[in-house]
Amino acid sequence: MTMQQAKADALAARLATGQPGQGGWLGAAQAAALARLRGMGLPGKRDEYWRYTDPTSLNAPDAPSAALFDSRGEAPPFSGLDRLRLVFVDGIFDQAQSDDPVLEGIEIERLGSAALNPSHWAAGLYGTLETRGQTPVERPFAALNTAQATEGVLIRVTGRPSKPVSLIYLHKSERSDAILHHFVKIESGAELTLLENGPAAARLSKVLEVEVADTGRFHHIRTQGRDHERRAVSHIFARIGAGALFKSFTLTANGRLTRNEAVLELAGADAVAHIAGASVGDGDFHHDDTVFVTHAAERCESRQVYKKVLKNGAVGVFQGKILVKQGAQKTDGYQISQSLLLDEDSQFLAKPELEIYADDVKCSHGSTSGAIDDTALYYLRSRGVPLKQAQSLLVLAFLAEAIAEIEDEAIAEDIRARLEAWLHRHEH
Amino acid sequence: MTAVDMEVRDGVDRDTIETVQAMSGSYKYGWATDIEMDYAPKGLSEDIVRLISQKNNEPEWMLDWRLAAYRRWVQMEEPRWAMLHYPEIDYQDQYYYAKPKSMAVKPKSLDEVDPKLLATYEKLGIPLKEQMLLAGVEAPEGERKVAVDAVFDSVSVGTTFKAELKKAGVIFCAISEAIREYPDLVKQYLGSVVPQSDNFFATLNSAVFSDGSFVYIPKGTRCPMELSTYFRINAENTGQFERTLIIADEGSYVSYLEGCTAPKRDTHQLHAAVVEIVILKDAEVKYSTVQNWYPGDENGKGGIYNFVTKRADCRGANAKVMWTQVETGSAITWKYPSCILRGDNSQGEFYSIAIANNAQQADTGTKMVHLGKNTKSRIVSKGISAGRAQNTYRGLVSMHPRATNSRNYTQCDSLLIGDKCGAHTVPYIEVKNNSSRVEHEATTSKVDEDQLFYCRSRGMDEEEAVALVVNGFCKEVLQALPMEFAMEAQSLVAISLEGSVG
Repeated sequence: MTMQQAKADALAARLATGQPGQGGWLGAAQAAALARLRGMGLPGKRDEYWRYTDPTSLNAPDAPSAALFDSRGEAPPFSGLDRLRLVFVDGIFDQAQSDDPVLEGIEIERLGSAALNPSHWAAGLYGTLETRGQTPVERPFAALNTAQATEGVLIRVTGRPSKPVSLIYLHKSERSDAILHHFVKIESGAELTLLENGPAAARLSKVLEVEVADTGRFHHIRTQGRDHERRAVSHIFARIGAGALFKSFTLTANGRLTRNEAVLELAGADAVAHIAGASVGDGDFHHDDTVFVTHAAERCESRQVYKKVLKNGAVGVFQGKILVKQGAQKTDGYQISQSLLLDEDSQFLAKPELEIYADDVKCSHGSTSGAIDDTALYYLRSRGVPLKQAQSLLVLAFLAEAIAEIEDEAIAEDIRARLEAWLHRHEH
Repeated sequence: MTAVDMEVRDGVDRDTIETVQAMSGSYKYGWATDIEMDYAPKGLSEDIVRLISQKNNEPEWMLDWRLAAYRRWVQMEEPRWAMLHYPEIDYQDQYYYAKPKSMAVKPKSLDEVDPKLLATYEKLGIPLKEQMLLAGVEAPEGERKVAVDAVFDSVSVGTTFKAELKKAGVIFCAISEAIREYPDLVKQYLGSVVPQSDNFFATLNSAVFSDGSFVYIPKGTRCPMELSTYFRINAENTGQFERTLIIADEGSYVSYLEGCTAPKRDTHQLHAAVVEIVILKDAEVKYSTVQNWYPGDENGKGGIYNFVTKRADCRGANAKVMWTQVETGSAITWKYPSCILRGDNSQGEFYSIAIANNAQQADTGTKMVHLGKNTKSRIVSKGISAGRAQNTYRGLVSMHPRATNSRNYTQCDSLLIGDKCGAHTVPYIEVKNNSSRVEHEATTSKVDEDQLFYCRSRGMDEEEAVALVVNGFCKEVLQALPMEFAMEAQSLVAISLEGSVG
């Protein structure tokens, strides 16, 4: 059987579980995505882009079951913040638990209801960034998401809302298979902070498309939930206009399989994109951050900062790329991926790439892997700091560069506290 | 530094500058030797494989080995993952064997070699007459000597200093000769580092390789001189498929140099070589290459397609290998000299300068596979792109679970000259134990304006200034080369970049 045939077969099996038919512009977007998807099939283990992550459980027609996680009354992330809460349970919007989606400077609508309005602002936009993101590398799970998603939110920001929008994903059923597709449009000069937290489902497929118009500002902070057995494949597709800002930070703790793809295009001059991730894994957990940053305009700045702390067989993957197109002069591109392996069994697999077609650029990347620095540990211990505490201190210091990408200090503090608690729980 | 040293250095520097000036953006080695050749029929088939084997008077086992490779090859697909764009290669439109007619009866000594062939090498600056030294640097009696094996199209035309090497127990000869004279050594090691079915181009080479060099350094022997192979493609539409096998027995040492050139031709020519190095306990091998195959003209017409598999296997504890390469030629370069660090405490180093100008494309790098404990590797790669060229560093560093306390340091720097070229970095890093440290750094930048301005203000013209800055950028790698080679390489850097400014 050829590789192409295997991919097509995997797709046929996956689609056999039912295809929700939709009308209107959403139906058209779904049909177009399905056609794209048929051209690529689902990924196989021998695909270069899936070299370090096995897509089998994401390809499976049904979600593998995932036990619910007992957080033992621990307050969920962002609890202390004033925010507009939108709650999804196993991938379905839950109006009763959500706040009234009314806030000055912002329009929020559920994907399903917006689809009934032929003149909705998202009509010509929905799915377009995902489509752009399919070249030069195919992302079949994103196309599958667009082909199947009926749930998600469409957010248009025209001003500066007084508080962040917070998407909360609750996981209640052991076999839930959630598909969410959001579109965020930041108009010129507008600004939004978007928070996401929670495991969402036994298996989650999520696409977030973000269009940041010239001089717009977008901040994104998410935590992906600690459910040990959950699986997630997520995509961010962002197009960033002239003088605009895009910032995204993700905290990933445990989870059987997490593949986070981010496809960022700096489309206007002087745009800035920062994307960061901190992940911690203890045991049979696999985290994959796959990032593709395209510099298509002059004088743009991009930063990718990824830090992974791994123990007991956890596997961390980083595939990052900076593509500087011809003419994107004065580009400043930076990428760092680092792992701290706390024991003999863990693995770090990285492919940090640069592809550059302009000469007046400053691009660099670094990648390191190793254990906790013995000298630093010795220093702390010689100052009377107990071993466990000294290790925690050094691990937090290691993660600090990623957390520093969060602009809001209260949110950064919340993330820091969560990492500290995780380290405390996983000391042994 | 003594006064004599000074003079030599001065002379060479002057020479370098003069050479640079004398060349007007042209490839120095582009002439062809008019010599009668004996060709095998065009195309590739089992019969051609049999013919090559027969021409080399090979034993049956060698023919079987080749045929096994050929049968594998016909089922393989040409790899397309490299960042290289070239039209489909018609493997049936090549000659796989070309031998100067005068070599029909193998000359017993260099005195019997066709003067035209000797003149070819002399013109290339490769002295086949014993006692002459590389690069024309005259030095007093007793100074360093270099033994040369010269390969012309499909055959080795001669090897110098054989007697002197034999005294030390060193075997240095054409591989075709080694297959006949030292079958046990060849049988034991051939294909043990790069197996027949390793990859498409290595498998092709296994089937059709015609000649190459064979080196065996016995236990505890420090090879008394540097060994060198000089490859020359002369015939048209002919592929060169040489195979080099180097065995460094326990506690031995050898430094090996390799150079290559080809005439200017309008059609692309195929070169698919394999180099295998076996390094036993406590032994050390240095392998330096100056690859200067014809790169094609400014529009990408002609030039060599260079698909090379080079691998060193550090089999014993404390074994050491160092690859140094200066890649300035070829229209297409596909080459990843690798180190298998199997023995505990073994070390691998890779120093590379890859220059791509005009329409050249290079996809080159290394693999460091750490299997043994306390193994160390170091990668320093300098890529320079100019014109419309594309230059890619592709590398793998792999720390296996048992390779505890190992260390890798990788530095990949790219320099872009002009806004139509590309520089790419594709490293793979796989760490499977926590006591090892892996560090990778890469930067991409353009030639520093301030440095150029400084050179210009000192009276240099722009091309000279760029050459100087680029030589500075490459310094770490140039320093890793044996002296004569370093000088050659330095001037080559300047020549390769000609016409890239302005």
